[in-house]
Amino acid sequence: MLEIRNIHASVEGKEILKGINLTVKAGEVHVLMGPNGSGKSTLSNVIVGNPQYTVTAGTITFNGRDLLAMPPEDRSHEGIFMSYQQPVEIPGVSMNNFMRAAVNAKRKYQGLPPIGGGDFLKMVKEKRELVGLDADLTRRSVNEGFSGGEKKRNEIFQMAMLEPQLAILDETDSGLDVDALRIVAEGFNRLRTPQTAAICITHYQRMLDYIKPDIVHVMLDGRIMRTGGPDLAYRIESEGFDWLKETTPNS
Amino acid sequence: MLKSRVKSQEPRVKNDNTFVRDVANRDYEYGFTTDVETEVIECGLSEEVVRLISQKKGEPDWLLDFRLKAFRHWQTMEQPSWAHVELPLIDYQAISYYADPRGRKHKSGRQEIDPELEKTFDKLGIPLNERLALSGVAVDAVMDSVSVKTTFKEKLAEKGIIFCSISEAVGKCPQLVRQYLGSVVNYRDNFFAALNSAVFSDGSFVYIPKGVRCPMELSTYFRINAINTGQFERTLIVCDEGGYVSYLEGCTAPMRDENQLHAAIVEIVVQKDAEVKYSTVQNWYPGDKEGKGGVYNLVTTRGLLKGERSRLSWTQVETGSAITWKYPSCILQGDDSIAEFYSVAVTNNHQQADTGTKMVHLGRNTRSTIVSKGISAGHSQNSYRGLVKMSDKAGGSRNYSSCDSLLLSDTCGAHTFPYIDVNNDSSVVEHEATTSKISEEQLMYCNQRGIPPEEAVALIVNGYAKDVLSKLPMEFAVEAQKLLSVSLEGSVG
Repeated sequence: MLEIRNIHASVEGKEILKGINLTVKAGEVHVLMGPNGSGKSTLSNVIVGNPQYTVTAGTITFNGRDLLAMPPEDRSHEGIFMSYQQPVEIPGVSMNNFMRAAVNAKRKYQGLPPIGGGDFLKMVKEKRELVGLDADLTRRSVNEGFSGGEKKRNEIFQMAMLEPQLAILDETDSGLDVDALRIVAEGFNRLRTPQTAAICITHYQRMLDYIKPDIVHVMLDGRIMRTGGPDLAYRIESEGFDWLKETTPNS
Repeated sequence: MLKSRVKSQEPRVKNDNTFVRDVANRDYEYGFTTDVETEVIECGLSEEVVRLISQKKGEPDWLLDFRLKAFRHWQTMEQPSWAHVELPLIDYQAISYYADPRGRKHKSGRQEIDPELEKTFDKLGIPLNERLALSGVAVDAVMDSVSVKTTFKEKLAEKGIIFCSISEAVGKCPQLVRQYLGSVVNYRDNFFAALNSAVFSDGSFVYIPKGVRCPMELSTYFRINAINTGQFERTLIVCDEGGYVSYLEGCTAPMRDENQLHAAIVEIVVQKDAEVKYSTVQNWYPGDKEGKGGVYNLVTTRGLLKGERSRLSWTQVETGSAITWKYPSCILQGDDSIAEFYSVAVTNNHQQADTGTKMVHLGRNTRSTIVSKGISAGHSQNSYRGLVKMSDKAGGSRNYSSCDSLLLSDTCGAHTFPYIDVNNDSSVVEHEATTSKISEEQLMYCNQRGIPPEEAVALIVNGYAKDVLSKLPMEFAVEAQKLLSVSLEGSVG
């Protein structure tokens, strides 16, 4: 589904990613771990096409199509979704209006007519219940005055609405208490299908108790240093990242 | 040159067929012209022209005197330059001061509406046929210098409400017009007010009798069509004790390379316990992307809250015009009167806007609220200018002002000029101002959800302006939202 080959990327002239290779297949959940500044968030921003990040070398294909040639909105339409670590607020724009614009933009891309008002509200209700989001929140302005937990749940709600093929969860677990984490993770698990995949960025093992990963990658200084199974995450949790610095990157 | 008032000097009738149409520029939806036989008087301004206009409208002597006094005063004045706009010195002799698109009169003296005119207003979404009209909205349609038609006049008359063109009102209820015309905006008020008072053409007149709530929205739609013609709208609204009316004003003009002048006066008188809501969606042609052409919108709009507990609320969405110079104001004379001003002003490309309000508190315990949202893009300049004045007799009065500016480019300008003048110890004046840019994060967030950049900007801007848009009547709010999006097309990317 996603093929990342030798990606180098920089922010404001500073190289952050120094040759990333990553293959994600349908049905897989990948976990990206690594200390702050190792390039995890940069990689996810590069995948979704944030213009603040410049790709200097390498290729990314998504279902065989050249992702780097697409503007961010088309990447979204092709099925890539990112759950933000710190979702921005958009004052005065209700969640309902925002999601309707998003759903209709995708439908337009697919050559479908805009969704009817009744169908849309039905869809909102169904997806909202799936992720346990209060009805009240969809009537409020996008993320405005939402608590940390509400923001994260709102991200998963948007994911449910847009039904992406590939979801990137950027530290969705940060700032959540155990109950909130469980609700968010359960919502995410309900959306998993054999046709979808996810890349989950996290610092903590506890997220992985809920989201069972297939493959764990550890990033250090802009490279993937080690790839393994779920046990790799347990070792990081107990021993930290230092032991990896003495080893050589896997190819 | 026009030299006398005798019939042999009948002004030439020009034909609009020769106009080059500009359909290439799709951004301005209302830029078409109407092919209609239009009677246009020759360009130039003199006492003779003032007399000619008055004569064409069959006005009584007192009104001609009013015009002449204003004209003589105007001759002693100079075009003002204090606003934060680059307004060139206008050649007032190069403008025609009267254009009548209604064609020739029938022998019976009755004028029929040219089907082309009806079509024009249909195209603008303003059906003049009452059966097709939006339920609950009566319309006075003004093209160039004359009112083409006023709908639902009879139905309103049943309640004693007078809604007609001001020219018609002069004949129908001269005592009311004479009593109130110029009572809120004196012809000496400013240069453009003097000019308007001398040559004003048409506009609407509204009278709401004591204790009557107007059952429908009243609206006037102004359209400039003829070339090289100034439009001098004059609107007068009088709401008697305990009355209520909601009034809407809309405006568009064709795309022309020459600048067109719209110098209006709107006067509102609100008596004891009465309430007036005045909403404007101003979408005059703003000029092209390089700043060529467009309407100069130089208007004086003011309301007098004459009686106790009277209420007046101005809501404006200003997206059009090359230059806007407009300060809908309130004089809070009656004790406990309440005034509000809600404004969204959008400027793009090379547009310039200097707009705001004046809240002059004269009565005790009066209250005013100002909410201004400026949105600037391209190379435009957008200024808020507001005065809050508390007189020595306005004890216990309050004002709250909030002025926000949103910038969409690095090349535009947003400015705020608040003037505050408090002359008593018991009044409270609050002023808040913010300036923000649409953040990269907000845009990226929308894009990631599949919303393309231009649509994202429209969404964010509409959210930003929501406090003001929500004050508009429903039908208008939807129009205004669309308008904001169209006005900002091409402002990102």
